[in-house]
Amino acid sequence: MTDSTILLLAIFIPAGVTFLIAALGSRPNLRDGASVLAAIATFIAVLTLLGPVMEGARPEVALFEVMPGLLLAFSIEPLGMLFAVVASGLWIVTAVYSIGYMRGAGEKKQTRFYICFAIAISGALGIAFSANLFTLFIFYEILTISTYPLVAHKETPEARKGARTYLAILMTTSIAFLLVGIVWVWNIAGTLDFRAGGILDGKLDPSFAPFLLALFAFGIGKAALMPFHRWLPAAMVAPTPVSALLHAVAVVKAGVFTMLKVGTYIFGVGFLSKTGASDWLIWLAAASILIASIVALTKDDLKARLAYSTVSQLSYITLGMALANQMGVIGGSMHIATHAVGKITLFMCAGAIYVAAHKTKISELDGLGRKMPITFIAFTIAALSIIGLPPMGGAWSKWYLMLASADAGQIAIIGVLMLSSLLNVAYLLPIPARAFFAAPSARPAHSLGAAAAPGDQIEEAPLFCLVPICITAVGCIVLFFAIGGLYEFLLHIPILPETTP
Amino acid sequence: MLAMIEANLPALQVVLPMLAAPICAMLGRGARAWALTMVAVLLAFAVAVSLFVATLDGTIISYRMGNWAPPIGIEYRVDILNAFVLLVISGIALFVLPYARASVAHEISEERQPLFYSAFLLCLTGLLGVTITGDAFNIFVFLEISSLSTYALIATGAERNKRALTAAYNYLIMGTVGATFFVIGIGMLYMITGTLNLADLAQRIAEHGDSRTLRMGFVFILIGVGLKLAMFPLHLWLPNAYSFAPSAVTAFIAATATKVAIYVLLRFMFTVFGFDYDFQAATLRHVVLPLAIVAMFAASIVAVFQDDLKRMLAYSSIAQVGYMLLGLTFLSHTGLMASVIHLFNHAVTKGALFMVAGCYIFAAGTSSISSLRGIGRDMPWTTAAFVVAGLSLIGLPLTVGFVSKWYLVLAALELNWWPVALLIMASSLLAIIYIWRVVETAYLQPAPEGVVRKEAPLWMLLPTWGLAALSVFFGTYAALTTAAASRAASALISASNMLWQ
Repeated sequence: MTDSTILLLAIFIPAGVTFLIAALGSRPNLRDGASVLAAIATFIAVLTLLGPVMEGARPEVALFEVMPGLLLAFSIEPLGMLFAVVASGLWIVTAVYSIGYMRGAGEKKQTRFYICFAIAISGALGIAFSANLFTLFIFYEILTISTYPLVAHKETPEARKGARTYLAILMTTSIAFLLVGIVWVWNIAGTLDFRAGGILDGKLDPSFAPFLLALFAFGIGKAALMPFHRWLPAAMVAPTPVSALLHAVAVVKAGVFTMLKVGTYIFGVGFLSKTGASDWLIWLAAASILIASIVALTKDDLKARLAYSTVSQLSYITLGMALANQMGVIGGSMHIATHAVGKITLFMCAGAIYVAAHKTKISELDGLGRKMPITFIAFTIAALSIIGLPPMGGAWSKWYLMLASADAGQIAIIGVLMLSSLLNVAYLLPIPARAFFAAPSARPAHSLGAAAAPGDQIEEAPLFCLVPICITAVGCIVLFFAIGGLYEFLLHIPILPETTP
Repeated sequence: MLAMIEANLPALQVVLPMLAAPICAMLGRGARAWALTMVAVLLAFAVAVSLFVATLDGTIISYRMGNWAPPIGIEYRVDILNAFVLLVISGIALFVLPYARASVAHEISEERQPLFYSAFLLCLTGLLGVTITGDAFNIFVFLEISSLSTYALIATGAERNKRALTAAYNYLIMGTVGATFFVIGIGMLYMITGTLNLADLAQRIAEHGDSRTLRMGFVFILIGVGLKLAMFPLHLWLPNAYSFAPSAVTAFIAATATKVAIYVLLRFMFTVFGFDYDFQAATLRHVVLPLAIVAMFAASIVAVFQDDLKRMLAYSSIAQVGYMLLGLTFLSHTGLMASVIHLFNHAVTKGALFMVAGCYIFAAGTSSISSLRGIGRDMPWTTAAFVVAGLSLIGLPLTVGFVSKWYLVLAALELNWWPVALLIMASSLLAIIYIWRVVETAYLQPAPEGVVRKEAPLWMLLPTWGLAALSVFFGTYAALTTAAASRAASALISASNMLWQ
């Protein structure tokens, strides 16, 4: 098989397996097995591509012309490869976790859940491999639509309301800003291809560049840049596997990935730093980092706190793009991977706590650490990674982002990053601390009322939940030691225009 | 024989359905009348296809009615633009008729059905005639044929709801006012030029130059056609007419009648008056442009608050007419192209949506949105078609709605009309609200107790899905429609003497 065939396979395996999942709807074991197998197959396909891409190959395939000059086409470059590996790799973990969670929590309509989940992964991979903005936009919208039923999964009034906010913000930003931005680029550049060094240099009047960048920065609603971040906390009504994979990895990372991609391959880092078009974005991202962290401090709902933490962490990546230098792009891309592994662990822990103890509030977690030690140890490891302490992977991405700030001469941003780490400590570490060290309250308050097990019978979550948590927690540590290879790989992201076209 | 048919294709286009109409009335039974109508429509479609193929390369077919030479005799003149519109009209009729069999049997009593089909054929005759003829007065005659039969068709909705009678009466008054304006306008042009042939008119008006009579003629024609195409604020007849007409009629006239009026407007604006007519350019930019934008917003906002699905879609149609008018006020190739392509795209999309509304009426007896709660589970196929066509109305990529929006925004950006581009997108956000309100009600609300709703019959579902599928097909392979629209726009432009911007 050629690389382009494998590329298409990677995108279409998740989409194709939906039919199988639908057909097996009445046999849950086979259905869930199919979903895990599809995840593994997709990951293998993506890994097969990794080798050639590391050696410098750029597999590409053009499917057909949708409108004159606008092709549905795919092409792989290091940044997209990274996102694809992260998304498809973590899909396996989540697919296993979903089995434990969905059955443990007794969720309904699981077939619909798995179908939408698979389509969403297909959308994420489509985004990762898209060769031009047009293709990217198509898959961006597919991702939005396919995740809507997942957010609304419970069909309760709260779920409907959350899903409405979700769809409203994501669609509004993408149609009102992003699409206008794309048409603008098409109008002045005559192409939407992602090219090394950007396609706008010499075509866009530098005084307009900040406005075009604003259309993209706000239009990519999935990047959750303030003030368009409300959809992310709203999406927390979804079952936890959705929050874990989609709203910590696939959807939000698709957003910041698009941001990095636009910065690197549409504007071009050189163009941005030369014109200073992204200076305002540095400060907005910095504000977003700090404000979201402070909001996170005030949330007692575990998933809401994690959601605001995600908003804050996503802005790190936007910041990396806005700093407009190579270190920024590397730090930002690295953060896609390190934050993904860390945050998915945290969310899966939150889900495990819900399944095992039916608790969703941080104030109810007192003393739970002794009953669910593995879950909370994993939580601590992941929290340390998000904070950015060695020996966890998260340390490196912050390190490179600080280097980037220094390169860009933005000393104040280094301060912001440090302050943000302190805030991370303040909102993340109390959670395991309470669980391990606080005495359990005499009469535990159940968020789900009488259905919950009495406090002293709480055990660890089912094995299907626990194993994935351990894998990703170990992943946080592995990333710290394996970062050299990742750094080398990310150095291949072309920053300058190719000299010979 | 074949050569004779080929030579007389333009006449056959109109004559076939016209001859079938009285025969239909004499057949006495619904099924037989339907079968004859189906044959006539199939033939009309075949003729339209061959005319389209014949004109695709830019040929202009000129046909002399009764062999009388123009400008004395009536000329039928087919170029790529009206061949395209003919194809749309007869194509939509081809989809509506299979649908109409079950729907009409459900909504109209047996003894009236032959008359219904004969009125349907007359309406089709009128619409095709307006499109194909090259004679101004002939346009008026056919416009009246189509309008009078439409009044009758709408009034047949009285068996379901008596308000159809007032709706039809209202439309009769407004339509007649419009037709009168139109014919007075033509009278003024005749006063100046002494001819009624469109091509001849164009030439003599160019020689004659500007005058007060010409201006009056222009304004009368604009208002007359504006009434027919429901240009805001001349749209008052439309919501009631669409809501109370039988489902099949709504689907047919919503997809064709306003489109034909748009075609007449395009023909008069750009073939007869010509682009270089300053008064026209000023009117379009200072009167029609603001009205179009107001329509896009006002009608969409009203649509958001409707409880009846058909009424909501009717208001949405007024907004969509706004897009088509907006496209022509740009006075540019891309703008005209956007208008022509939206004419097709909206016909397909809105046809599908009104057919879905008809399916709901058939199965649930109502199209009130609040009574559609949970209908997504009872009628999965119908509701899924609504989602697909609804996404197209919103303008998501890979649907026809996206293609229209793309070219509209592109046309606005080419002229550097930023605010207009943003307004186009902002108004399409309103479509998200009113479409998603229905989707949410249909899927996420619990069904009311004790209501039995069964999926619509296959012969209603197939055409509905046919149109929904077309809206995806032509959104994915838009090269076909864009090429036709682009050539049609070029044909309009080259026919006029305007100095191109």
